[in-house]
Amino acid sequence: MQAQQADDVAFLCDWLRRAAQAIEERRDVLSALDAAIGDGDHGANMARGFRAVAEKLRDPPADAASLFRLVGMTLIGSVGGASGPLYGTLFLDMGKAARGVPVLDAAAWHALLSAGVAGVAARGKAAAGDKTMLDALIPAAAALSGTDSVRKALARAADAARKGADATIPMVARKGRASYLGERSAGHMDPGAASSALLLSMLAETAA
Amino acid sequence: MKKLINAPEQVVTEALQGMAAAYPDLLKVNLDPDFIIRADAPVPGKTALVSGGGSGHEPMHGGFVGLGMLDAACPGAVFTSPTPDQILAATRAVTGPLGALHIVKNYTGDVMNFEMAAELAKEDGIPVESVLIDDDVAVTDSLYTAGRRGVGGTVLAEKICGGAAEAGADLPSLVRLCREVNANVRSMGAALTPCTVPQSGRPSFELAGNEIEFGIGIHGEPGRRRIPLESADRIAEMLMAPILADLPFRRNDPVLLFVNGLGGTPLIELYIVYRAAHRIAAAHGLQIVRSLVGSYITSLEMAGTSITLLRLTEDMLRHWDAPCLTPALRWGA
Repeated sequence: MQAQQADDVAFLCDWLRRAAQAIEERRDVLSALDAAIGDGDHGANMARGFRAVAEKLRDPPADAASLFRLVGMTLIGSVGGASGPLYGTLFLDMGKAARGVPVLDAAAWHALLSAGVAGVAARGKAAAGDKTMLDALIPAAAALSGTDSVRKALARAADAARKGADATIPMVARKGRASYLGERSAGHMDPGAASSALLLSMLAETAA
Repeated sequence: MKKLINAPEQVVTEALQGMAAAYPDLLKVNLDPDFIIRADAPVPGKTALVSGGGSGHEPMHGGFVGLGMLDAACPGAVFTSPTPDQILAATRAVTGPLGALHIVKNYTGDVMNFEMAAELAKEDGIPVESVLIDDDVAVTDSLYTAGRRGVGGTVLAEKICGGAAEAGADLPSLVRLCREVNANVRSMGAALTPCTVPQSGRPSFELAGNEIEFGIGIHGEPGRRRIPLESADRIAEMLMAPILADLPFRRNDPVLLFVNGLGGTPLIELYIVYRAAHRIAAAHGLQIVRSLVGSYITSLEMAGTSITLLRLTEDMLRHWDAPCLTPALRWGA
């Protein structure tokens, strides 16, 4: 079990480093999506947060639950905006759900992401169809069930998240700064859904 | 981008260092986490007032730290709300046994970060209450939106609650007063040009030379409609109509009329807007008993204006007139 925890921590660190790099690379794309319907800082905020996360990975904790908690606290303290508390809550609640879980198998990932997504919905007082990151995360969590293979489960989740992000394009925002635009928010992908889909695609890539 | 900066990522830090050097008698600045507090904080026997939000709205909020206004301000990155650890540290630095009031503009990020900070403060035994400011009539309120934005009304709430806190008001009465100010204040703005956030280096939106963005937010987020440029009188009329219709203001109501510049509009133009707004308010039968004209809640170098109308009670008027000594607002002290 000790060895499995170490494997899981190594896997998570690998994922988070890839995620940090992917966000840095797509920083301007995410900010451009945000500029269309918000204020254009989503890429910069996420890049600042994940740079801080990557710093912390130099000396990672010994178990997955503590690592998720560390990532959550780091994002809350560095991202700002709405994304800080929302992504922070996602990781904190995944960390709570990971406590006492011996190994991150497909069932564990389903439980973890479901708990994290429920936390995000509660923190943001949002639901599916509001044109937020939840429109990528909710289908991703659902797609994690029904297979024993972590690799397959994470690939399905990434695929569901990407489709979920695409589906936000025609939506009219009901939460966040984009909601101030009303009908004018339609026709643009939600930047939070885009960054969530990116995180999940990096997770699938790490497992592949 | 053409700005007087050294490096985009140093903008907030260096601006805070400049404020600290300019006003050592009024305030103290802490870096990492960033916050600005009154030089004499914590003031014994006083309920603390804490506000904050993204940088780029100067003088809001750091410029309102001092006697008779805020005890602490937490500046986030440009147009990005401060983080909970920052808000908690600022609250701790200024709060005594009487607790603290958080004055929060209604933007999803600000609301969530202040909410988490208040939860953490309460866990530490610090009494904290929060009041949301949501005075922008440009946003249609409904069950399905995040609600109205907090704009110019915030300046008035900070001054009035600051006066009351200085006079010894306790936390429950400050909460009541702040809610009362918010319930009686309405604002609306229009932008003539976009602004450029230093980190992105590009204008926040595109606007043709003959267009204005009507119902603009203070973060460069587009407004509700894009319309052809009109005269100052006509723009003032278009901004005043939804404000007057919303409360609604009644004949003979004593009001405070606040014409605000968004950062790139000179005072000469704001006075022209004030002239029109004053005439419209007077024609509506309102008694304009106090005025404020100037750039107090800005969006970097965005050109444009917002108009705020507050229906005053005697209490509000007394606390508005009370002395204040801050970098951006000072009278009677």
